[in-house]
Amino acid sequence: MSSTGELRHTALDALHRSLGATMTDFAGWDMPLRYGSERDEHTAVRTKAGLFDLSHMGEITVTGPQAAALLDFALVGNIGGVKPGRARYTMICRADGGILDDLIVYRLGETEAASSEYLVVANASNAQVVLDALTERAAGFDAEVRDDRDAYALIAVQGPRSPGILKSLTDADLDGLKYYAGLPGTVAGVPALIARTGYTGEDGFELFVKPEHAVELWQALTKAGEGAGLAPCGLSCRDTLRLEAGMPLYGHELSTSLTPFDAGLGRVVKFEKEGDFVGREALREAAARAEAQPPRVLVGLVAEGRRVPRAGYAVVVGGEVIGEVTSGAPSPTLGKPIAMAYVDAAHAAPGTTGVGVDIRGSHEPYEVVALPFYKRQK
Amino acid sequence: MSNPKELRYSKEHEWLSAAEDGVSTVGITEHAANALGDVVFVQLPEVGDSVSAGETCGELESTKSVSDLYSPVSGEVTEVNEDVVNDPSLVNSAPFEGGWLFKVRITDEPGDLLSADEYTAFSAG
Repeated sequence: MSSTGELRHTALDALHRSLGATMTDFAGWDMPLRYGSERDEHTAVRTKAGLFDLSHMGEITVTGPQAAALLDFALVGNIGGVKPGRARYTMICRADGGILDDLIVYRLGETEAASSEYLVVANASNAQVVLDALTERAAGFDAEVRDDRDAYALIAVQGPRSPGILKSLTDADLDGLKYYAGLPGTVAGVPALIARTGYTGEDGFELFVKPEHAVELWQALTKAGEGAGLAPCGLSCRDTLRLEAGMPLYGHELSTSLTPFDAGLGRVVKFEKEGDFVGREALREAAARAEAQPPRVLVGLVAEGRRVPRAGYAVVVGGEVIGEVTSGAPSPTLGKPIAMAYVDAAHAAPGTTGVGVDIRGSHEPYEVVALPFYKRQK
Repeated sequence: MSNPKELRYSKEHEWLSAAEDGVSTVGITEHAANALGDVVFVQLPEVGDSVSAGETCGELESTKSVSDLYSPVSGEVTEVNEDVVNDPSLVNSAPFEGGWLFKVRITDEPGDLLSADEYTAFSAG
């Protein structure tokens, strides 16, 4: 994480402080880690609803007649195939196939003009890298890449009660809004892109608004959620929520040293799309390699004891290292420590026994399970 | 937050009670508990262990990190708090009471333990 120079503050900074948030440096932003107990916040999202400030995420707008063509060239997904008003999870890779970032790309809709406009949302820590890569890859395309990081605040409402809370503040057709879709609308009188996306494993919404409207929207959501148990939530519980949901995090499960095929996410690479794209050749080779000799597999580990595996800890079998933990935390929902880890294919099957994690010298027993750890009831 | 006047404090954020029959109780401060976040696992020294002032004698694990537990004094461990082993959240909910960690028969203590007022100033800075 970068920590040089001044920390950046979101439009909700004063509000977080008035709520008594513990703040943390996240990718150069001063962000709320938690407001009270991170476990209570986690549970609120699983059972009721939670409110997040995600304004540190990196928004990049791509417009112009060849916006789709540019994104098809720059990213590994089939962006031209995304319908207006829908969103797609995808990745941007280097020419050698290494993952630069994972992204959500929204194709804006409603009007003819907006339907050739795309909103690319990058991880905070990679926003500049993604912006630079897109700008460079735009050469020769009739398309504009615009840095919109300062144009948006992002507020997420996540949890089973989030549709009800949002409905009380908007006339937008939330029932018609599918998962991984977004529509322009008004929430509490504030213009917003209302997206049914999130990073918690729960139903929920992400609201892209102008920074000057962020406080007003946060307060309206807080009021609307009062009777529903809506709690302000920090990045700490966001991490345990996504871990339980088996969702990868850049810098942990994803990095430039892995291709999507090494990360078990080869399905995001669309070789069948028209035209060349950055990384195509290297990714073809990575796919063939993965086919011939399975790479380490991302698995779930559930502790039998109470000690918590952390990123970088070795996974061991009979004293031999067979993998590495990428993320680990006590799971509030399971009541046990859990981890994601890349392990040799021979030890990746759910139910594999004899697997341990080297926790500061002691080999603690773990059970291999399929991801995710938690799946919501639909 | 208020730090009880009758306790003394280390710069590693442990508190130490006044000795009764030569035995003092050790815990971590509310300031430290808040900084750690929800504590989910504690590893304490065992009864009979010798601990040394300023040296690690256990671990406190929270959602996000693991921290060493230091002993504020040297001596022999006479009792450990099994309640907190079974329910580590006591460290957060009652750091100065039910969340105490271990008792130690003191053989030596460093001269730099802080009073409540000194510790309040130290932990605020």
